[in-house]
Amino acid sequence: MKALSPLLAVLAIVGFAVVGGHTHAGLVFLAVFVPYAAFAVFLVGFCYRVARWAWIPVPFRIPTTCGQQKSLPWIKPASLDNPSTGWGAFRRMALEILLFRSLFRNNRARLHDRRLVLGEDRYLWLGALAFHWSLLVILLRHLRLFVQPVPVFVSVLSRLDGAFQVGTPALYISDVVILGTLVYLTARRFRNPLARYLSMPIDYLALFLLLGIVTSGLLMRFVVRVDVAAIKQFALGLAVFRPVVTSAITPIFLVHLLLVSALAAYFPFSKLMHMGGVFLSPTRNLANNNRSKRHVNPWNHPVKTHSYAEWEDEFRDKLKTANLPLEAEDARQITGH
Amino acid sequence: MPDKLLAIEQKRPEGDWRDAKVEFRKGTICYSAAPKNITYLSLPNPREWQPFDADWKLPPNWKEIILKGMKERLRKYRSFRLFMEICVRCGACADKCHFYVGSGDPKNMPVLRAELMRSVYRRYFTLTGRLFRALVGARELTEDVIKEWFYYFYQCTECRRCSVFCPYGIDTAEITMMGRELLDLIGCNINWVMEPAANCFRTGNHLGVQPHAFQDSIQFAADEAKEITGLPIEVPINRKGAEILFVMPSADYFGTPHYYTLLGYLMLFHEIGLDYTVSAFASEGGNFGLFSSHELMKRLNAKIYEEAKRLRVKWILGGECGHMWRVFHQYMDTMNGPADFLEPPVSPITGTHFENARSTRAVHICEFTADLIHHGKLRLDPRRNDRWNVTYHDSCNPSRAMGLLEEPRYILKNACRNFHEMPENTIREQTFCCGSGAGLGTDENLEMRLRGGFPRANAVKHVREKHGVNLLACICAIDKATLPTLMEYWVPGVEVAGVHELLGNALVMTGEKERTTDLRGEPLVREEATRE
Amino acid sequence: MSDRPLILAGLTLFVGLVTTPIWHGALDRKAALTAPPIQLPAQEKQCVAPASYMRSSHMQLLEHWRDEAARDGRRQFVAFNGKIYDKNPTRTCVTQCHTDRKEFCERCHDYAGVSDPDCWNCHNDSQRTSRSAP
Repeated sequence: MKALSPLLAVLAIVGFAVVGGHTHAGLVFLAVFVPYAAFAVFLVGFCYRVARWAWIPVPFRIPTTCGQQKSLPWIKPASLDNPSTGWGAFRRMALEILLFRSLFRNNRARLHDRRLVLGEDRYLWLGALAFHWSLLVILLRHLRLFVQPVPVFVSVLSRLDGAFQVGTPALYISDVVILGTLVYLTARRFRNPLARYLSMPIDYLALFLLLGIVTSGLLMRFVVRVDVAAIKQFALGLAVFRPVVTSAITPIFLVHLLLVSALAAYFPFSKLMHMGGVFLSPTRNLANNNRSKRHVNPWNHPVKTHSYAEWEDEFRDKLKTANLPLEAEDARQITGH
Repeated sequence: MPDKLLAIEQKRPEGDWRDAKVEFRKGTICYSAAPKNITYLSLPNPREWQPFDADWKLPPNWKEIILKGMKERLRKYRSFRLFMEICVRCGACADKCHFYVGSGDPKNMPVLRAELMRSVYRRYFTLTGRLFRALVGARELTEDVIKEWFYYFYQCTECRRCSVFCPYGIDTAEITMMGRELLDLIGCNINWVMEPAANCFRTGNHLGVQPHAFQDSIQFAADEAKEITGLPIEVPINRKGAEILFVMPSADYFGTPHYYTLLGYLMLFHEIGLDYTVSAFASEGGNFGLFSSHELMKRLNAKIYEEAKRLRVKWILGGECGHMWRVFHQYMDTMNGPADFLEPPVSPITGTHFENARSTRAVHICEFTADLIHHGKLRLDPRRNDRWNVTYHDSCNPSRAMGLLEEPRYILKNACRNFHEMPENTIREQTFCCGSGAGLGTDENLEMRLRGGFPRANAVKHVREKHGVNLLACICAIDKATLPTLMEYWVPGVEVAGVHELLGNALVMTGEKERTTDLRGEPLVREEATRE
Repeated sequence: MSDRPLILAGLTLFVGLVTTPIWHGALDRKAALTAPPIQLPAQEKQCVAPASYMRSSHMQLLEHWRDEAARDGRRQFVAFNGKIYDKNPTRTCVTQCHTDRKEFCERCHDYAGVSDPDCWNCHNDSQRTSRSAP
């Protein structure tokens, strides 16, 4: 049931695109104004969110250490999972961001006959990694529509991505993978009892938007074909702020465009900001050199403590009885100290 | 102790987690902090109340206080704001929490524990939350939410296991710490944290041991070590000009089996002729302030450097304690440093420069001892530990907030002949908490402790059945205090010991008399014929 | 030590990457926005299907031809306007109308970054045919 409202929201966007494109004014609004506004919201919002994080101090150095520390020279430290230098932390972050290191550790704790059994469970890691990489490949491939002439690396990437040459036009590996992983990630939220319990409508919204975008993209490629040259002309026009609304903007393309715009505009308000946030996580991006290099807390406020002098004062008699050394014979001396 | 063995179940969670009603049941909660402790620490809203009460006697403007407190902390801790904002609820953390596994309560999944606060964050601090409320997972802050926070933030041991698995490193310990800080602002805290904290503030240690009693305890331990070894073991207290200040958790001189670890330290220091002192003022390395607020942590921690400075020592050596080392390693230097009045630590015996501690100037006893063994400075007879079949429990803080994994193992492997690791997913950085950390180790909370400790016990049971393990070694005072109960309940026949107790057993001291007993006073059993 | 400069540098890099089309377009103002003109056949005004269909789906049509002609032996194509064509791109399309693949096919394929047509891996193009004819 939690998935109903996001589903309706995505269907409403599709409906807008289909209906709104029928008049010229509607077309201009949906194909020009909305994408510009969405992109602006994305850029400004994303930068604002990251900058706001950047302006909040990191008062303490709190890396989660996932391996042996660097201590004695003859003990081998886990320089990736428990880095002791900035370079090590950089490599740890690279591993985290490019390969999802932490998710790779994932396992399943299940009860069997009053026993806890920990089994490997790398599906989430595989699904998430495959999804994000194919998303990146797809985004890069789309540069062919926004940049003239088409950069060489984009052509090469597209050729590699379509290397299997299945179908006409060639089916991209990344398209298959992203659709498969999105279906998996969505199904997981429905089928896994824990994931279903903790999921909220907004969790489905991102998935449904992405599914809509991928589906409309695939439809354009294989079923409801569009004039790619004209689409490129439109995209380039957008990029240089000389938009031209042409007949190439068919309903299916408008659906694709509007869903992308919705995702972009929604991005800075959502958990999708994990894209920027993952770089800033203080449990990951700091070196575990706590005891060798002092970390400074910019707001290290003074606090009320119980000083030695006060303590000695309070327990003077007991210290005397126990023959423990005193700083002062009585309280007066200590205050004059 | 519950009469029936607790049923550990994984049920399909039902209903909506945003429903904040919590049932407070004896055995699964900690009692409220006594007003005298709150007053002593000058914290807000001291009063008589209990979690079972319908009326928690919150201050009239409690909501304003909480929201103001949240706002302030969102500006001071990047971790807090980031962790409020970037979780994608992938659920990788769900079954990583020992409390979830043991209780089957879905709100003990780390993601939901954090959502309890995120939902309030969204409602009051985000645009989408203000506009769309429930659709984006925002919740009103009500008294029920406060009660729910209290229940679940005092059902988290800040062990950071979930953080190891989180793709963004979201650390529930950070969120729990914030939750507890906020609850402190309206006087909703537990006595098992606040009483030790108040004691510590006054006397220097959690147990409220005053200087003369401190001296008695230490003297008693020295005498016992003398008796076992026949050597004149002395322990200097508050001695100025010593090279090293040794700081330990107070349980080491007041609790069992901690006490045997203390004997181990004293024998080691005597054998190597260490120029050290203990302090009756800095008589606690542990810091229950960590379980309450950053401010209280700093207040309690201040005495360590203050005393080191007063006694004019060169550096600090710290005993076996988990959360003490979280504070020493990740907070002390930042909060109460710089320790420029100390010197970068150098082992007086081996000459090793502890490069990793050159700024904080505090060395873990396991680092110190491992270095001694590595340099061949200790004569060890591991056969003296032959009655033990040992496994090692990595304590949460030294493993996940420090990475002290090999040092204690190195000592154990040199001090014992029978050592077996628990399964890989339950040790080192993936170690399972004892279930009683972060101030939850009180008996009124016993059922929840046993549930939370179930995954750890389960792994011990595995090695008990497979290898006949009968001793669980660890380097944490809370472990030593609470694992015996856990073992007795889930894995009878397994005892708990500190690493330095086993070292003390194995340590062949110059001029010692022939040992007839181990540090526990039990006769030494040798299996020379079979093992050589 | 503040990590702010590092974060801002990263953010700038990100913005730079995301706005590639904008600054790329602005830097190269002379680059044509529209597809370059293609060489249209001199005699024929009407292709085998309406131009809009051909623009988006010529490859589907050719594939359809191939299946029908090569697999089913049906070689006659009745166009939308009743005209009948031989389903043989070499003789029909390439020889009669689109004689220069550089000026016709590749203009758009290059412009839109569509994969290079691989027709000529098998089919002879007209120039080569005429050149190699005895």
